[in-house]
Amino acid sequence: MTLALREMRRRPGRFAVATIILTLIAILLMFLGGLLDGLVASSTGAFRAQRADVLVYSGNSRNSLERSRIEPDVRHQVESVPGVTRVGGLGSVQLGGRVPGRGARDLVPTVLFGYELAPRGLPSTPPAAGMVYANDSLRAKNVEVGSTIRLGPARSAVTVVGFVSDTRYSGQGTLWGSLETWRQVLNANRPDARVRPGVVQALVVQGVSLGSAGLPERIDRATDGATKTLTITQAVNALPGVSQQRSVFNQIIGVTVVIAIVVVALFFALLTIERTALYGVLKAIGASSRTLFAGVVFQAVVVALIASLIGIVASLTLNALIPAGTIPFVATPARLLSSAAVLVVAAVVGCTFSLRRVLRVDPAAAIGGTP
Amino acid sequence: MTTLAESASTTGHALEMRAITKIYRVADDEVVALDHVDLTVASDEIVALVGPSGSGKTTLCSIAGGLLSPTNGSVAVAGQEISGYSGRQLTEFRRASVGFVFQTVNLIPFLTARENLLVVDEIGPRLGRVARDRADQLLEELGLTDRASNLPAQLSGGQKQRVAIGRALMNDPSLVLFDEPTSALDSSLGDQVVRLIRDEMKARGTAAIIVTHDDRITHYADRTVNIEDGRIAE
Ligand SMILES: Nc1ncnc2c1ncn2[C@@H]1O[C@H](COP(=O)(O)OP(=O)(O)OP(=O)(O)O)[C@@H](O)[C@H]1O
Ligand SMILES: [Mg+2]
Repeated sequence: MTLALREMRRRPGRFAVATIILTLIAILLMFLGGLLDGLVASSTGAFRAQRADVLVYSGNSRNSLERSRIEPDVRHQVESVPGVTRVGGLGSVQLGGRVPGRGARDLVPTVLFGYELAPRGLPSTPPAAGMVYANDSLRAKNVEVGSTIRLGPARSAVTVVGFVSDTRYSGQGTLWGSLETWRQVLNANRPDARVRPGVVQALVVQGVSLGSAGLPERIDRATDGATKTLTITQAVNALPGVSQQRSVFNQIIGVTVVIAIVVVALFFALLTIERTALYGVLKAIGASSRTLFAGVVFQAVVVALIASLIGIVASLTLNALIPAGTIPFVATPARLLSSAAVLVVAAVVGCTFSLRRVLRVDPAAAIGGTP
Repeated sequence: MTTLAESASTTGHALEMRAITKIYRVADDEVVALDHVDLTVASDEIVALVGPSGSGKTTLCSIAGGLLSPTNGSVAVAGQEISGYSGRQLTEFRRASVGFVFQTVNLIPFLTARENLLVVDEIGPRLGRVARDRADQLLEELGLTDRASNLPAQLSGGQKQRVAIGRALMNDPSLVLFDEPTSALDSSLGDQVVRLIRDEMKARGTAAIIVTHDDRITHYADRTVNIEDGRIAE
């Protein structure tokens, strides 16, 4: 190990190329991951903010909030399921918003939510009719406390009374008001989708699991299939685009990791070939293949750690430089550290391609006329 | 180490080779490099091994030092029978019991003279302080104290070979094998290095085999062994 470390300190140039390439790969990995996290966060915030165990859609909704409608009688059935402690209605409508200070044609895409059970960051009693809390990404669109936003073709006015964070939906800024506000705005702007009083799109349910059957099964059984109940995680994954985004990005990340493995494998294979004579001498004086290979792995891990560290700094810098609401990029510690871990594992895997070469070095070749 | 020393003292031999044959197989061809060689080196004896190119000198040293396994015959170093050893056992044996000085200078280029000696400790026993003291003492004996922190590239040929001698002595070996240690040096430097080898060996009572083409070196040895076509003719 001392030998491997000394070589890196005395001959940093040898490792520069590998470090630079791995640093670029680390930045790419972290940037892709951050973009994925940002995209997913911006389409799922409204659900993740729910302080609930399950989300109840109507049975024919195909797991879509927009298509789902829950009638008051179904709600009563859900409320009387044993284990259910609290039930709140949820409604949403996507509309273009006219924000004061922006051009008349410059509509800001927004989603207005009506709620009963307060999501994280919102007051437990929804604001009065016509009043809303806005997601803080809307600040970048000139929205301020006191702004009156006119929503949709009917230009329904809602007034912002405060801000809430990380509650975006479908990549759009959200507005949070009472169910009454939601129904008013929906009925005024979407004649085809009008709802009667008492009707909501989904139910947000807090409860406990009793016995062997989980809460979702018991709710759906009690309503005889009139509902489709999902955990919050399931509901998040069922949001349009989320699983597609994840799989596309994870495929690109996977390819990037394979490239990292190939880079390390090639680089350390070359280095090992270069060191054949050196390894011969070391084996002749009694170094085991294990000691020598441990040195190779150590160097690869150090290179990967340096690359990761630069990648982390670059990601955090990028995160700080990107103006809010432009690129959906977030640098979370979990993502940065897992990317670093993946890179270190890739480096170790890449090294193993040199193992056979290290084992094969013949110490007898070290002695004698030809080195 | 103590067991080795004890068994060495019971047999009194640093090296005992009996009926050693080494056959290299290259494609369908067979090269008999050593042909029934018997060689015994006493525990504090310096043997000069002389012979023409291709006669089997390097092969003999490699087998004596556990770098190669013989095709036939038995080898004991300091009473330790190594002929049946596995690769792993041979590695451990080389680390603990023999020293090598190679024909070409084989120092580690990115380590200083002192670090080149300490490598022996890093790959093996990890004695730390004891090893550092030993390295400093060897460097002093070899007249390298003020060169201790120079890289090999900053040393002369003779200095490099002295560092290699120091490295070979770091593990306090029972037998040191020198394969043409002076061939890269001019004659007066070569003479100086061989004298140094002799002094170091005699001061420690360590056995050595010195391979050479150079007749002038042989008078520093206790005994000269001639080898020709893989056979010993004393
Ligand atoms: N790895 C090998 N494979 C095949 N033949 C070999 C190998 N090593 C040595 N030989 C052959 O064995 C014989 C003895 O070689 P060795 O290297 O022991 O000679 P040497 O006395 O050290 O010669 P020199 O003075 O040139 O160093 C030679 O004929 C050589 O060609
Ligand atoms: Mg030779």
